[in-house]
Amino acid sequence: MFVWVLNCNMIATSLDVAVIRKDFPILKRKVNGYPLIYLDNAATSQTPKQVIDVIVDYYSNYNANIHRGVHALSQEATDRYEQARHKIQKHFNAAKPHEIIFTSGTTHSINLVANGFTTLLNKGDELLVSAMEHHSNIVPWQMLCERTGAILKVIPMNLEGELIMADYHSLLSPKTKLVFCNHVSNALGTINPIEEIIEAAHRVGSAVLIDGAQAAAHIKPDLRKLDVDFYTVSAHKICGPTGVGMLYGKEAWLNKLPPYQGGGEMIAEVSFEKTTYADLPHKFEAGTPNICGGIAFGAALDYMNQIGFDAIASYEHELLVYATEQLSQIKGLKIYGTAVHKTSVISFNIEGLHPYDIGTILDKLGIAVRTGHHCAQPIMDFYKIPGTVRASFSFYNTKKEIDVLVNGIKKAQSMLQ
Amino acid sequence: MTIKEIQNEIVEEFSMFDDWMQRYEYMIELGKSLPLIEEKYKTDDNIIKGCQSKVWVHAELKDDKLVFTADSEAIITKGIIAILIRAFSNQRPRDIIEADTQFIDDIGLKEHLSPTRANGLVSMIKQLKLYAVAYQTQLG
Repeated sequence: MFVWVLNCNMIATSLDVAVIRKDFPILKRKVNGYPLIYLDNAATSQTPKQVIDVIVDYYSNYNANIHRGVHALSQEATDRYEQARHKIQKHFNAAKPHEIIFTSGTTHSINLVANGFTTLLNKGDELLVSAMEHHSNIVPWQMLCERTGAILKVIPMNLEGELIMADYHSLLSPKTKLVFCNHVSNALGTINPIEEIIEAAHRVGSAVLIDGAQAAAHIKPDLRKLDVDFYTVSAHKICGPTGVGMLYGKEAWLNKLPPYQGGGEMIAEVSFEKTTYADLPHKFEAGTPNICGGIAFGAALDYMNQIGFDAIASYEHELLVYATEQLSQIKGLKIYGTAVHKTSVISFNIEGLHPYDIGTILDKLGIAVRTGHHCAQPIMDFYKIPGTVRASFSFYNTKKEIDVLVNGIKKAQSMLQ
Repeated sequence: MTIKEIQNEIVEEFSMFDDWMQRYEYMIELGKSLPLIEEKYKTDDNIIKGCQSKVWVHAELKDDKLVFTADSEAIITKGIIAILIRAFSNQRPRDIIEADTQFIDDIGLKEHLSPTRANGLVSMIKQLKLYAVAYQTQLG
């Protein structure tokens, strides 16, 4: 599946993309008569055979409802589901397995926390949000502010797409109760200085939620070392299935938050007079969960860890540098998001052309990119543009594919101008 | 010409092309001939929702016939509107209400008719027909 290329210090420096590509059945297909070139990885990643096999195995061999079942299948499914939780805990270095809450994904995770803070905030409390959030990390907090009378303040960014940290520090005060920010921006690829953000917020007694949806495919965060209070991930962006993700929360915080949804699984005792809630993590996992999804989430982490995050990061950086060089040579092309630290995401526009037109022609050539505001309208307003074309690269993409993209853009340019 | 006759004419024009690239190039050319909406009508009220690029459409009645003008930020979208408006503009509201849009499929632009596609072609057709319904009511 993967091949290490070792140097004399025995440090992994590269990965064998040709071998890795064979793990992804979808990469063999054609779109509009052309070989698929999938460059929409920031929206969702493709799924390797190793994860697909786990999904097929679950439904073929041990599909059952988990927890409290006395029969063999239920116990087997429960074991595998809880093993997945342990894998996720280990991967993100959480202190305890019950600090990992299975959710349907990042949006669900953020809503869970935002809902929980309803009873913890007072009128006039302040929440800080970064200027480069996607709608999922803005709207739930706006709704929270409407419920509580808390005030939402924005940490501004510069033209390169980096947060202005001096402004962040001056926005922080004892009134600050929560800071939320993405680890990596979906529209720009910026890697935010979350260590500094977390540490400074803690100094004024504020909690911090980091949205890791865009980071987890490129970076292996050490949550204990980061000392972050909440961290969210969607499995489908890291080679897992859709509809499953996680909320990491420090035990003390998760105990403080009230349950989000009521139902089965999350109770200890129920009578019509009073219900007592189950312990963590079940308190936040009402109803039958996405069992297969949770198990496949664990398998996706196994897959990526086998390749190795250092190798992934170094190869993707190589793709980013190459793509930036090649795209910059196209006449009239402007890249949005030129932060010093960024992942393999390039958002761009071409002078005089609408992103939708470019995306449509690229699609006809079998090249999948994303166009539009990327669910981050405030960023587009900041740059005063209707949207961008976004190409996002994964460890299974190649430089040759970037060449095809560049030629495709040139083709679109000649057709549209 | 009736809507059907115009649609057949468009289908015939597009049948001359062998591949998608030529069809798209022709569509982009047609976009340049789109009867442009007057600036004063480019209001938020006239924006068609469901489009990734902004699309404005204006309708007015001239001698019992409905005349459409429009514009879009995106060239391909402009081409699609130009094709639609060529078929529907200068027609009686009743005929517009009753017309079908099978010809979009016949000229190989079926993919743009998917309701999930962000170009809003479906909303565009709905809007043209809504105008026709409104003016038909006015005509009695």
